[in-house]
Amino acid sequence: MIERRQFVTPGELLAEGDYNSGENTYRENKKIYASKTGLANFVRNNVYVVALSGCYIPVVGDLVIGNVVDMRLGVWLVDINAPYISVLFASEAVDRSFNSRREEMTKYLTIGDVVLAKIISFDRTKDPTLTIREPGLGKIPLGHIIDITPTKVPRLIGRRGSMINLIKRETNCQITVGRNGRILINCAKLESEALATKAINLIEQDAHTTGLTDRINKLIKKEKKESSIHAK
Amino acid sequence: MPNKKGVEKLINKKGRRIDGRKFDELRPIKIDVGVLNKANGSAYIEWGKNKILVGVYGPREVHPRHLSKYDKALFRSRYHMAPFSVAERKSPAPSRREHELSKVIRECLEPTIFTELFPRTSIDVFIEVLQAEGGTRCAGITATSVALADAGIPIKDLVVACASGKIDGKIVLDLSDIEDQKGEADMPVAIIPRTGEITLLQMDGIFTQDEFEKALQISIEGCKKINAIQREAIKNKYLVEKASIEPEPEETVNEA
Amino acid sequence: MSENLGMVSKITQKRISELLKQDKRIDGRGLNDYRELKVEAGLIERAAGSALVTLGKTKVMVGVKIETGTPYPDTPDNGVLTVNVELVPLASPKFEPGPPKEDAIELARVVDRGIRESQALDLKKLCIVSGKKVFIIFVDIYALDFDGNLFDASTLASIAALKNAKMKDYVIKKDGELEYKANDISLPLQNYPVAISTAKIDDKLVVDPSLGEEIAADAAITVAIGKKGNICAIQKRKVGTFSVDEIIQIINLSKQKAKEIGAMFLKG
Repeated sequence: MIERRQFVTPGELLAEGDYNSGENTYRENKKIYASKTGLANFVRNNVYVVALSGCYIPVVGDLVIGNVVDMRLGVWLVDINAPYISVLFASEAVDRSFNSRREEMTKYLTIGDVVLAKIISFDRTKDPTLTIREPGLGKIPLGHIIDITPTKVPRLIGRRGSMINLIKRETNCQITVGRNGRILINCAKLESEALATKAINLIEQDAHTTGLTDRINKLIKKEKKESSIHAK
Repeated sequence: MPNKKGVEKLINKKGRRIDGRKFDELRPIKIDVGVLNKANGSAYIEWGKNKILVGVYGPREVHPRHLSKYDKALFRSRYHMAPFSVAERKSPAPSRREHELSKVIRECLEPTIFTELFPRTSIDVFIEVLQAEGGTRCAGITATSVALADAGIPIKDLVVACASGKIDGKIVLDLSDIEDQKGEADMPVAIIPRTGEITLLQMDGIFTQDEFEKALQISIEGCKKINAIQREAIKNKYLVEKASIEPEPEETVNEA
Repeated sequence: MSENLGMVSKITQKRISELLKQDKRIDGRGLNDYRELKVEAGLIERAAGSALVTLGKTKVMVGVKIETGTPYPDTPDNGVLTVNVELVPLASPKFEPGPPKEDAIELARVVDRGIRESQALDLKKLCIVSGKKVFIIFVDIYALDFDGNLFDASTLASIAALKNAKMKDYVIKKDGELEYKANDISLPLQNYPVAISTAKIDDKLVVDPSLGEEIAADAAITVAIGKKGNICAIQKRKVGTFSVDEIIQIINLSKQKAKEIGAMFLKG
């Protein structure tokens, strides 16, 4: 049995015997091995690896930020940074019945638009579908988008939202985290935006290390102090 | 060139090879992980004077679409040599040799990839040989499995490859360019180290069965040493500073 | 380059525009700021010369090979210069394997013109037997990581690789065969052109466009500057237009930037 939070690479033995093969692991005979690079862990009998890299795989209910990349009759195709292009049907975008043969779709959304959307279906055989018919969802009018490794999103959010709330509070920025690794930042001031970006980039870089919340706190305090000195 | 008179002897009286190596000694190997920005995963390997860059894209949408498979990812690999990688300038158009190597490399790596997790997508590997000095397919395979791991593509193990061969009647490990050209046999071998399964085996030249078995044996030994270098390289990307690791958050909230 | 580079979202486009109104750029640079530039020569021992240029996140490697062959019939006394570009697919999700397409060929030709028209290489000195045998200099450009402005990176890497190139000294025997000596010589370089690209976005001019800026731009232009600030090649790209005043402004800026970059990386 490996130690908790041990760094592992694919093919390394994690456990032997009566264990369940969790995320990013596989079982052969009675042994469980890592299939990705990351931090191995176990909760009771469940052995898993917190992966340090990898693509975003859609999960129903996930909030994602997507780019409209194409249009067909009655559907928009949305890139959600996943291996599959997602589909937004007009019926999931417009509140009333919509006749795509008569009405101009570009009135609502067009290629190049960015949307905050929720995944409503996805399985092995069909591409993910989205909805924007919920409060807070829909076309994003403005802001700054940064990309992080999707597997690091939980770290950015933190325990019960502690990390992201810290950044929001200290920078006064509005931050929306897409599960697909796209982060939307809106700030009144460019300096605050730069600070929030810096903090998020540090989390991306150091996601696998300890004491991250402390370091983010220190980074923000230090930068704020410096900019107030410059302001005088 | 190590021997100006034209090579007559590949092994000297003291049992050393032209570059000073013992019969079972590898050339120096160095791997850097995550060297490219645009690729989803990447690795750069220096193996002797071989210099090879590997980029991995995917899983992603398949182009052209009709090639997509309903039950698994389409795995493609392309082995390509830069025009300046060899002594005589090589035409950038892929040669018959490059087509063949692309195929055997693909078949060598695919059994370790959980392609069934990504139906209807493609995983694309691009191997660019920037400088060649014998053993590029083995170095390319070794770097590719590291790049796949870097991309976060789930794999059973890191495939590792190393050639053995026969020069001046002796079985030796990891043939250099000149040893390959002047020697009697060359045999690239790739294994899945955890299980010991052989996933690539090619040979040209003449071996007796005893020689073959000995060559295979030292290739496998060599592979095991290189596998340690692969794992160390991956670790180095993340653990440059010796930081301890914090438990991941147990409970996370989707923030809007 | 052409439309096939992918797209930037509307909010990013808007952000680029908003920032430009305050003379700021999306990556924090000023309008006339070049990205961080690094030149490493001689990494490929098997090539006669080589250089790896890192421009921000763009990476270009160039290898030079020297062979002998026949000259072109119209220039029997000149060596042959061949510039080739491979946009290798590991550099960008948009690059596909296969023979060079429009973009790669345009890039190769613009780099070629910068070198050829500035007479960077003294091709006369590369003649062995008039009309029969000359040296052929292959400049192979390999884009390894693509984050915009391959034109400048490729030209710089090409000149740095030519400068790095070594060949065996030789004498020409009576029968036209070469007899090589033990010592190395450099290629006959007499000019060190530097290409500077500028993009136009919403009537603002930005030097060294990143990939996002290249896509967002209405028009772009590359100017190669040689000795004494002479202009030796120009290529205007994309579907937008420039005013004459803008062109003059770009040329002045290009001369200044080329001088700085040349002094830093190509002299001495």
